Amino acid sequence: MSALRTSGPARIGQYLALLAYLVFLALPFLWLVSTAFKPAPELASLHPTWIPRDPTLDNFRQAFAEQPLLRAAANSLVAAVAAALIAVAVATPLAYVTARHRGRLAGAATGWVVISQAFPFVLVIIPLFLILKNLHLVNSVAGLVLVYVVWSLPFALWMLMGYVRAVPAELEEAAAVDGAGRLRTLVSVTAPLLAPGIVATALFAFVTAWNEFFFALVLLKTPEKQTLPVVLTHFLGAEGVADLGPLAAAAFLATLPSLVVFAVLQRRITGGMLAGAVKS
Amino acid sequence: MRRRVLPLTAVLALLLTGCTAGNEAPDDGVVRLRFQSLAWQKESVDANRQLVDEWNAAHPDIRIDYVQGSWDSVHDQLLTSFEGGEAPDIIHDASDDLADFAHGGDLADLRPLLPERLRADIPAAGWRTTTFGEGIYGVPFLQEPRVIIANRKILDSSGVRVPTPSKPWTWAEFRQITQDLTRSMGPGRYAVAWPLKEPVSVSLNLGLSAGGRLFHREADGRVTVRFTEADAVVPGTVHDQVVNDRTAPRTTLGSGGSDTLPGFFAGKYAMVPLGFAYRQQIAQQAPEGFEWTVLPAPAGSAGLTQGVSPQTLSISEDSPHKKEAMAFLDFFLRPENMVRLARGDWMLPTGTAALADPSLRTARDGWATGAAVAEKLRPAPAQSVRGYPEWKDKVATPAFQEYYSGAIDAAELRRRLVEDGNRVLARYQRK
Repeated sequence: MSALRTSGPARIGQYLALLAYLVFLALPFLWLVSTAFKPAPELASLHPTWIPRDPTLDNFRQAFAEQPLLRAAANSLVAAVAAALIAVAVATPLAYVTARHRGRLAGAATGWVVISQAFPFVLVIIPLFLILKNLHLVNSVAGLVLVYVVWSLPFALWMLMGYVRAVPAELEEAAAVDGAGRLRTLVSVTAPLLAPGIVATALFAFVTAWNEFFFALVLLKTPEKQTLPVVLTHFLGAEGVADLGPLAAAAFLATLPSLVVFAVLQRRITGGMLAGAVKS
Repeated sequence: MRRRVLPLTAVLALLLTGCTAGNEAPDDGVVRLRFQSLAWQKESVDANRQLVDEWNAAHPDIRIDYVQGSWDSVHDQLLTSFEGGEAPDIIHDASDDLADFAHGGDLADLRPLLPERLRADIPAAGWRTTTFGEGIYGVPFLQEPRVIIANRKILDSSGVRVPTPSKPWTWAEFRQITQDLTRSMGPGRYAVAWPLKEPVSVSLNLGLSAGGRLFHREADGRVTVRFTEADAVVPGTVHDQVVNDRTAPRTTLGSGGSDTLPGFFAGKYAMVPLGFAYRQQIAQQAPEGFEWTVLPAPAGSAGLTQGVSPQTLSISEDSPHKKEAMAFLDFFLRPENMVRLARGDWMLPTGTAALADPSLRTARDGWATGAAVAEKLRPAPAQSVRGYPEWKDKVATPAFQEYYSGAIDAAELRRRLVEDGNRVLARYQRK
């Protein structure tokens, strides 16, 4: 146990590193929030402040007046939830098989995961577009969901394989000894232990799909189907000029669903991971 | 567990039901054309939408579906859409983005479609911006010269001569005036702030005023880079202001135009060279009581000439309704409509009839200054040169950035632009 103890200076260093990381992550978001509530003259101030001197909701009003944010958010939500559910539904049994029955399949699956992660999407977008066109899935959210599922599947599979391996095979053997069949063991023993992993994977697939821009831009032609990241670019002009206030307001709102989903599921993820980790 | 799985399955089924395609156009004999516009500011979007609504109301048999695109991603989006045969029928873009699409056969050659009125309304210099090889692949309709936006109070109190389009500053005079202004403004303040996030287009476009060309087409049709004394005038002035005179801050060299506005409003910079459309941002964001004015860019041996890449409207080669698309463009770009579009975007129309409109000749917000330099606008150098994007990104941008910041001298700038640059261009021009 003594090997796990950390000396004072090392602990301080760890906390400083953690603090630096938190600041690194939080500052852009806080600046976004601050910008969203600033009136136009404050946005052009030479000495900007963290807390708006004259906070306003005008940017939000303007953002909603100029762009169909609610409709776009609904489109994003449908695409992201569907993509997350399907990705998890497909990846979970696949991950179980590849993790439990090590053989050529597991090796091939792992190789596929690594290779697929190395492809930049600009390389696949044109062939993908042509395939979806032949399937009459261009300009449909169903086509977009299909792309998101395929895109997030390798990483989801890789994540879930780790969770499956963490569930001791002995538990399943014990259930079998007690007379449980294969299905019963999977449903009553393995699945509950995998739940945190499944939730984490679904969260990953959701956030990936929620934030995705380029596939949605290319695949959805009609304004009624556009997703939130695509609509957000309508606040951008040429050469980096932007309608900064409304853009910040809309971007701030766009980050909320991910934060809410994560906040709601976070306890479940960590709680589930720790449950039964040690003998009590 | 089954209790949990069932609702999940139901949600999934419901979601996918809501995802079904249903994107086939009804077979009602109406021609439907998709118009992708890149207008993004409210006034501009409103002007575009109103014109589309007016057209649709007057032409029930040819319906225009307005789709808003984004400047940020238009090239990649069009590239993919063209490859997939799903491009919009009518495409809003800029002339410097058309070369690949024109050469690739993605855009329709408009020559057989253009009505005489439209052809005659836009000067030859405008048409040259969208001419690639023999064909015309877009209608240039809005353009923005680079002007100097100045703090009127600082300028007036300094006593320097205020330039006009008929009597602009020369580049040498501009340099001298920035020295005088900086002295009168006090420490920590600068006469001019150059936002040079895109140093190549600024240098090349303004370089035309001093007779710079940089790109020379040889007898065999190949293009080579030559950096003459004329090419050195504008970059040399900027370099001297930043490095030698300290009349321009180094800190804005990597900035976009918007980034310089806080300093401009605070009186830290007396002048900022910006695109004409930035006036809208200034009008919206300037603090109360802030007075600003629009000055022409300095002139050289070629007067006020400068390069521009106008906004364009093109028709997809795959569109089955090119005639109808052109009929819409003819309506969309009528002089009175071009004026509405120009005012919405705070830019200059290319059409001579629209440009003559009194509302674009008013002194208010500097419209008159822009209109006065309109006839001096020429196609941006190099926009039709094959290999220009790579030359710009790999050679010219870092070279200009280092030169303006003082990291390299003029000889090294010349060497990189010419020697390294010609090596890049040669790869694109092998026969």
